[in-house]
Amino acid sequence: MFSFILSRILQAIPVLLAVGFISFAMFAFVGDPVTIMLGQDYTEAQRAALVSQLGLDQPFFVQYAKFVVEAVQGNFGISYRLARPVGALIAERLPATVELALTAAVLALAIGLPLGVYTGIRRNSALSRLIMVFSLLGVSLPTFLIGILLILVFAVQLGVLPSFGRGDVVQLGHWSTGFLTASGRRALVLPAITLGLFQMTLIMRLVRSEMLEVLRSDYIKFARARGLTPRAINFGHALGNTLVPVITIVGLQLGGLIAFSIVTETVFQWPGMGLLLVQSIGVADIPVMSAYLLLIAVVFVGINLCVDLLYFAVDPRLRANR
Amino acid sequence: MALLEVDRLVVEFPGRRGTLRALDEISFSIEPGEVLGVVGESGAGKSLTGAAIIGLLEPPGRVASGQIRLEGTRIDRFTDAQMRPIRGRRIGAIFQDPLTTLDPLVSVGKQLVETMQTHLKLSDRDARARAVGWLEQVGIPAAAERVGAYPHQFSGGMRQRVVIALALCAEPKLVIADEPTTALDVSIQAQIIALLRRLTTDHGTSVMLVTHDMGVIAETADRVAVMYAGRIAEIGPVRDVVLHPSHPYTEGLMGSIPQLEHRVERLRQIDGAMPRLTAIPPGCAFNPRCGRVLERCRVDRPDLLARGTTLAACWNMVPMDDVT
Ligand SMILES: Nc1ncnc2c1ncn2[C@@H]1O[C@H](COP(=O)(O)OP(=O)(O)OP(=O)(O)O)[C@@H](O)[C@H]1O
Ligand SMILES: [Mg+2]
Repeated sequence: MFSFILSRILQAIPVLLAVGFISFAMFAFVGDPVTIMLGQDYTEAQRAALVSQLGLDQPFFVQYAKFVVEAVQGNFGISYRLARPVGALIAERLPATVELALTAAVLALAIGLPLGVYTGIRRNSALSRLIMVFSLLGVSLPTFLIGILLILVFAVQLGVLPSFGRGDVVQLGHWSTGFLTASGRRALVLPAITLGLFQMTLIMRLVRSEMLEVLRSDYIKFARARGLTPRAINFGHALGNTLVPVITIVGLQLGGLIAFSIVTETVFQWPGMGLLLVQSIGVADIPVMSAYLLLIAVVFVGINLCVDLLYFAVDPRLRANR
Repeated sequence: MALLEVDRLVVEFPGRRGTLRALDEISFSIEPGEVLGVVGESGAGKSLTGAAIIGLLEPPGRVASGQIRLEGTRIDRFTDAQMRPIRGRRIGAIFQDPLTTLDPLVSVGKQLVETMQTHLKLSDRDARARAVGWLEQVGIPAAAERVGAYPHQFSGGMRQRVVIALALCAEPKLVIADEPTTALDVSIQAQIIALLRRLTTDHGTSVMLVTHDMGVIAETADRVAVMYAGRIAEIGPVRDVVLHPSHPYTEGLMGSIPQLEHRVERLRQIDGAMPRLTAIPPGCAFNPRCGRVLERCRVDRPDLLARGTTLAACWNMVPMDDVT
């Protein structure tokens, strides 16, 4: 078990180095940081001083190695736009995005999974068909449209929920949370639905088709032939086997929630990393963009590890091979 | 009274291009403690017969007419909820491929326990103890330690032993074993059949044993039913059917097995193939391939007619002295 985790972490290192390389290359190839930082008027001496201060006169791989060493310590340089350390900027924005993604993920799982199971078991009922039709909407409508429609209905027409921002937040050490205030929770509703709707319908459709597949299998037929109750068959045998393949895809999807909350954060002016990224791209704020890229890579690697551990818990065939 | 009576059972598959009649007026019975062998070419309807009896025909398949009686009670019109106390408890089932019939995520002990607790009033402790007992009975070494093991930790033969334990653990009166050894290594087929025979004899369980192996039938079955194109061609005591087949199809089937006691000049193959369900000829379904065909066979469908101890659906049975 321990050696398994360790080997997974070791496997992740080359991946992170490669992504790190791309992040690093952004500095060299997207704009010239020296010109950006010096502005319009500068002397050659100023320029040379800055170049050597930034280490840009050193060989490429030395620069890359330095970048990696700094990045590992959470040091991503100074934002061009805000003139503050990127690490601190991201740390400020991280809680908002994580709380939004987490809420969306819980929503997507808590609704998508049971609906998938239901529509799989009762695949011919009228309700199942209705759910399937609505799920098509969730899969096909673009996120920004869903967000705007929700704002239109619940914020503009009904006026029951806020249309932008995080509401009041409470500071818990370095973490700012919106979970603890009423306005924070209310502000979370629409963005979380917007962000989670696609994943929810995707999870539902995935669980449903996997469930249908499993219900056709020999061991389910045998379970019926043993006289087990539908409850024992559906939840004792079918559900577990459905989850094995679903775990991977759902894991990656949830990683995507954090990575691609950009649109939702923009629509709702949610003060998270996605919004920060959009604002940074506008002015080619390379240090922020490169740090964001690395962070997302770390998130995906972490989620992959969790997925593998979940497999471990669910499938005895894997446990035995260790 | 017979344990199981199947009376003119018809199973149909309604479809867009008309209704397929997959079982056509099948009748047979199984006595308490008896082993009925069922043989026939692939697609003859052997598995469907078993599925119809335990009420697990796959939709749109359905019992269109006829009766299935278990200890005198009609069960062919039972709902799923009514059938549940019968499946496993009164009629057990053993499937063909032990690699796919066990839930890979649930330990074998747990699968045994849940089956027993579904049908019998047993405390967790008693059920667990019995699960170990059943694993011992089916010959799993170190049963007490293996009870928590998962299916993939057993070999194919061992898994089929577990399946047998699962089929018998709620002490059914009848077990339907659908080609229980076909998927197994030849070297362990005989062991599995012997195990099944021993356990069912010990518990007085009747068996409907579907197989392609006439050798297995000859050794284990009391009677044998020969199926052809969804019908029963011949049914009778094994010895009579094997040594003195009445139906020309049975004769051909027996002729295609090498026999040690009799000198066989040439292995006979029946020409042609079994008709598809959509193309069953009028009269006797076997008439296009039959060497003893009469004019009548192409028009009238023969019912099962008695000859000695066997019944055969034939207008022109093989004479008694014509031993292959
Ligand atoms: N869902 C279905 N729809 C239409 N026809 C079916 C269906 N299931 C089975 N059949 C038909 O019923 C007939 C009998 O099938 P069955 O599985 O009982 O054969 P079998 O005797 O068990 O053959 P095998 O030795 O290959 O197992 C076959 O001709 C098959 O095509
Ligand atoms: Mg079959």
